[in-house]
Amino acid sequence: MALLEIRNVTRRFDALTAVDDVSLSIEAGEFFTLLGPSGCGKTTLLRMIAGFDQPDRGALLLDGMDMADTPPEKRPVHTVFQSYALFPHMTVAQNIAFPLRMARRGDVETATKVREALAMVHLEDKGQRLPHELSGGQKQRVALARSLVNRPRLLLLDEPLGALDAKLREEMQIELIDMQREVGITFVFVTHSQSEALALSTRIAVMNRGRVEQLDEPSRLYGFPKNRFVADFIGKINMLEGELAGTGDQPRLRVAGLGEVAVRAEAGWRAGTAAALALRPEQVRIAPAGTDAGLPNSFAGKVRDFLYIGDVTTYIVDLPNGQRLQALLPNSAPGRAKFFEVGDAVTVAWPAEAGAVLAQ
Amino acid sequence: MAPRSQRTLKWLVGGPPFLFLVVFFLLPALIMVVASFRYPGEFGGLAPLLPARPGEESGLTAESYTVFFGDRVYAEIFAKSFGVAALTTLVCLVMAYPVALLIARSPKRHRDLMVLLVVLPFASNFLVRVYAWMIILGPFDLLFSRFAVIVGMVYVNLPFMILPLYTNLEKHDPALLDAAQDLGAGAWQRFWRVTFPLSLPGMFSGAALVFIPVLGMFAIPEILGGKDDWIVGNMIKESFLGTRDWPFGSMLSLMLTVAVLAVAGATSWLAGRSLRRA
Repeated sequence: MALLEIRNVTRRFDALTAVDDVSLSIEAGEFFTLLGPSGCGKTTLLRMIAGFDQPDRGALLLDGMDMADTPPEKRPVHTVFQSYALFPHMTVAQNIAFPLRMARRGDVETATKVREALAMVHLEDKGQRLPHELSGGQKQRVALARSLVNRPRLLLLDEPLGALDAKLREEMQIELIDMQREVGITFVFVTHSQSEALALSTRIAVMNRGRVEQLDEPSRLYGFPKNRFVADFIGKINMLEGELAGTGDQPRLRVAGLGEVAVRAEAGWRAGTAAALALRPEQVRIAPAGTDAGLPNSFAGKVRDFLYIGDVTTYIVDLPNGQRLQALLPNSAPGRAKFFEVGDAVTVAWPAEAGAVLAQ
Repeated sequence: MAPRSQRTLKWLVGGPPFLFLVVFFLLPALIMVVASFRYPGEFGGLAPLLPARPGEESGLTAESYTVFFGDRVYAEIFAKSFGVAALTTLVCLVMAYPVALLIARSPKRHRDLMVLLVVLPFASNFLVRVYAWMIILGPFDLLFSRFAVIVGMVYVNLPFMILPLYTNLEKHDPALLDAAQDLGAGAWQRFWRVTFPLSLPGMFSGAALVFIPVLGMFAIPEILGGKDDWIVGNMIKESFLGTRDWPFGSMLSLMLTVAVLAVAGATSWLAGRSLRRA
C-alpha cells in the first residue's frame, strides 16, 4: 500500500482550478518532487496534504486512512516552510523542541532528541542562539531539524532552498539527500527548479495548470519527455517540427527545408501526422564541416553563437532551413584547444534513436 | 554624498526638533526642579530668590519635601493612584486584546474602518464623554465611587491600549501560526506559545500609554469620583490652582515623574529577564 494516496483531487478558487483531478501515490521512503511553474497547483496540493486546505473533490489517504477530518495539528505530516517560519522569540533549541512539547514528550526524551537533531544538522553549538542571529543556511537547517525531530510519516518541503544563494543551495541539496537517506522519512518536495528536482528526487511529478503532465524517474523524465510541456520545462531542448513518414520499422520525420530525419519508432505512430523531434543539446554532435560521423542524421550548418560555460560549450548552429539547433560539446576532450568560431561551417549529427518524438 | 554635507543635512533635519525639545521640555523640567525648592509667593507663584523686603521668605528650601515625606497621607495617595492606574491598565489590556486581535486577523480592507471606529470617540470632547458616564451610571447608583473612576479611566484610555497592540499583532507573520499548527499545536497552544509572547512588546507600550497618563488625570476623579477621592493628578492641580503653592505642586510633579520612571525601569528589567528566561 502506498504511504500517501491522492485520489482524483480537485481544488477550485472561484473561476480558477488550482488542482484538477490529480491522482498519484507516494511510496514510503521516496524523495518525491512536485515540479512546475508558479501557479501550477503544486503548493495548493502540498497545503492539502498538510491539511491547511481541503479538496473540493477527491480524497487524500495516508496509510489508507482518509485525512478529510484530520486537522493539520493531528496529521503525522510536518512542513518546512519557504520562509522557514522559525519562532523568533524562541532559541534554536526551543524551536526544535516545539513539536516534542506539543506531543507531550518527557523532558529527558525532549532534551536528548533536540541534541540529536542539532547534531544531525551540524548546529551543536548554536542551540542557545535566536533565529535572527543565524545565517540563511543555518535557519534552513533549524527548520529541517524542527520538522524532522518528531519523526513525521511525511515531510513536506515548500521550495525550501529558494532563498539561498547558488553555492549554498548546492550544498544543501547534498545534505538533503543524505538526511533523507539517514532518517528514512518520506519527503515530498515542491520546487519550480528543474535542476533541483532532477538532482534530488526518486520520482518527479511535473505539474502544469493543475494537472500532472508526467510522473517519472528523473532520468526518464529528462530522456523521454511525454509531451512538449515536459520537454520544454525540463532542461534545454531542440524541437524539430515535421510530419511523420516512412515505414513501420524505419520511421522518419519529414522536416521542411531540411529533409528526412530518422527517428525512433514510437508505439502507435501514424504516417502523415504532425510531430516534433525533441532533441537534447548533448545528443547533437558537432564536428568540422565535411566530417562523416557515421550517423544517419547529419546536416551542414554554421555556428551562429556559442556560450562558453566552463565544463562545456553550447554552440548555436544555424541549419539550412533557418532553424537554430543547440549542440553541447564537453571541454574535457584530451588536447582540445580548437573551438569553433562564430561563422564556422560545421556538421551536426545525431543517431536515429536520440531524442523523443512528440505528437502535436 | 560627501560626509560633510551629510552632517549638515543631519543637523538641518534633526536640529529643529532637538531645539524644540530643549526649549520646551528640558528647560521647563529644570525650572520645575528649581521651583520645587523655593518658597511659595504670597499670592501664588514663587517667592523671590533674593529678599526684597527684610523678613520675607526667600532663597531655597526643602520645605515641600519635608512636608511630603513627613505625612503618610501623601504616600497613601501615591499608592492609591498607582493602584487605580494599574487596575485601569489591566482592565484595558483584557478588553483591548480581543479587539486588537480581531482587527489584526480581519481582511485587510476592513481593518482601516475598524481602526477608525476605535478612534472615533476622540471626535467628541473629552469632558462631554466623561459627563455622559454620569448619565449612564447615575440611574444605577454607581456614581461618585472608585468603580465609576475606573470605568471612566478605562473608557477614555482603551484606544491607547488597542492601537499599539493592533500595530504589533498585525505585523505577526501568519506563517508562524501555520508552522505551529503543522507541528502539532492546537488553537490554545498557538495563542499561548506564539501570538502571546510575540505581542509582549505591544502590551508593554500599550501599558505605558495608559498607566502614565492615568496618574495625572484629575478631571475623571473629580467628575465621577467620590468626595475627595483624589489621585496624584488632583493633588497637583489643587496645589497650583487651589492652595496656590507652586513649589509643593512642582515637588509633587517631580515625585510623580521619579515614581513613574522607577516603575517603568523595574517593569522593563523584569520583562527583559522573563523574556530571556522564556
